[in-house]
Amino acid sequence: MIALLVRDLRLATRAGGGFGLGLAFFLIVTVLVPFGVGPEGGTLARIAPGILWVGALLACLLSLDRIFALDYEDGTLDLLATAPVPLEAAVALKAVAHWLTTGLPLVVAAPVLGVLLQLPGPAYGWLVASLAVGTPALSAIGAFGAALTVGLKRGGLLLSLIVLPLYIPSLIFGAEVVIRGADGRAVETALLLLAAISVGAFALLPFAAAAALRVNLR
Amino acid sequence: MSLWDYANPKLFMQTSGRVLPWIAGLAAVTLVTGVIWGFFFTPDDYRQGSTVKIIYIHVPSAMIAINAWAMMLVASLIWIIRRHHVSALAAKAAAPVGMVMTMIALATGAIWGQPMWGTWWAWDPRLTSFLILFLFYLGYIALWEAVESPDTAADLTSVLCLVGSVFAFLSRYAVNFWNQGLHQGASLSMDKAEHVSNVFWYPLLLCLAGFVLLFLVLVLVGTRTEIRLRRLKALEARERMA
Amino acid sequence: MPDLGKYAVTVLGAYGASLALIAVLVLAVAWRAARVKRALRAQEARMGRHG
Repeated sequence: MIALLVRDLRLATRAGGGFGLGLAFFLIVTVLVPFGVGPEGGTLARIAPGILWVGALLACLLSLDRIFALDYEDGTLDLLATAPVPLEAAVALKAVAHWLTTGLPLVVAAPVLGVLLQLPGPAYGWLVASLAVGTPALSAIGAFGAALTVGLKRGGLLLSLIVLPLYIPSLIFGAEVVIRGADGRAVETALLLLAAISVGAFALLPFAAAAALRVNLR
Repeated sequence: MSLWDYANPKLFMQTSGRVLPWIAGLAAVTLVTGVIWGFFFTPDDYRQGSTVKIIYIHVPSAMIAINAWAMMLVASLIWIIRRHHVSALAAKAAAPVGMVMTMIALATGAIWGQPMWGTWWAWDPRLTSFLILFLFYLGYIALWEAVESPDTAADLTSVLCLVGSVFAFLSRYAVNFWNQGLHQGASLSMDKAEHVSNVFWYPLLLCLAGFVLLFLVLVLVGTRTEIRLRRLKALEARERMA
Repeated sequence: MPDLGKYAVTVLGAYGASLALIAVLVLAVAWRAARVKRALRAQEARMGRHG
């Protein structure tokens, strides 16, 4: 199983694997926003948590179809489905690999981008915490969406339509953690719920995703 | 004779064909009576004026919007567990109806809100939840349309419906949390639970019944269409192979 | 028409939009039903009604 994980990591980071694309997109979106809303510091500071979370979410979305597409095309997915490792576990590992190569870099980059958006001082720690806790959910949910649409040509847009509404709870609680943290208010509820979504998604969605993959591999 | 007998497409077609004209007639009568009663023969609300009349469309459509998804969930489970095509096709037929009902609930909610809140749209928890539900319907319908093989489409959409239902509950709670967090104390919900007196309640009940019957008619017609379409595709395939 | 007072546009707008949406829905469902029914009849006639 570790071999599976390492393989996916290596595939994502080699040339042409698209590594860093999500990060670049995150940067671009963050840079774009001030051009749209004006450079006034107060405004930016207020919307920074939301912008950073939406940017992270969209950046995750970009790399989702890559989770299964390559393996689907060259038949590796068929092998995985019939391998001794349960398909559910393989899906979970792929989601982990996605998080390591897409979600985690976003967590690291976010504070830097927060500076661009005048994020208030106390919020930085909470920003990193909320993204670290919340982005795993994005990978798990994304893997489910990718499994549903793996067989479709041009499934990218449909993938976004399906996955983005499922991201809303994580977005709400994630941004809420940062907003409340910035004000010094109580953060526990939001953070706990955010974590619950991530844990629940990783525990349950691989089953739904594996079912969808089996259907698509028929 | 049990409910499961109607999983047989032929029996379903026969029975629904016989029953449809009656249900359609009843739906029309109930709807027209209810709407006319509510619109013409009820007083204004002392707080909301004549806009209270919107309740006769807003509440029933919202109820159908939610229950259509619930029906799709049950139908999806039946498809997953017992593989009855009629069930999968009924879910497919219900989706557009549920989606339009969601649009009606959103439109009437927003229009009702304009004089009350002074804005054409407000991120009230209820309205927001319905907006999210609308997106769920869009995704579900889009998935049906995108997948070529009908059985594969049925399988994938039923899984999506299941997962979507879980997230719908999650979103409802999250949106309540979200709105409370941003607008402390702003109570914008159009809670009909507050003492709806009899003079409003009876026509509302009639409208509710009318909308339910309308939903039933449209889903029955839609399911019959899907069953016929399935048979048509099978015949065309056979013709091509002959 | 009851006296809708200052909310006339609001109420009529809400009812109008809703009835329009319902009309489109009903017509779309009915039209698709008729179309598929016709196509099936034609196909069955072409194949001599067996199967």
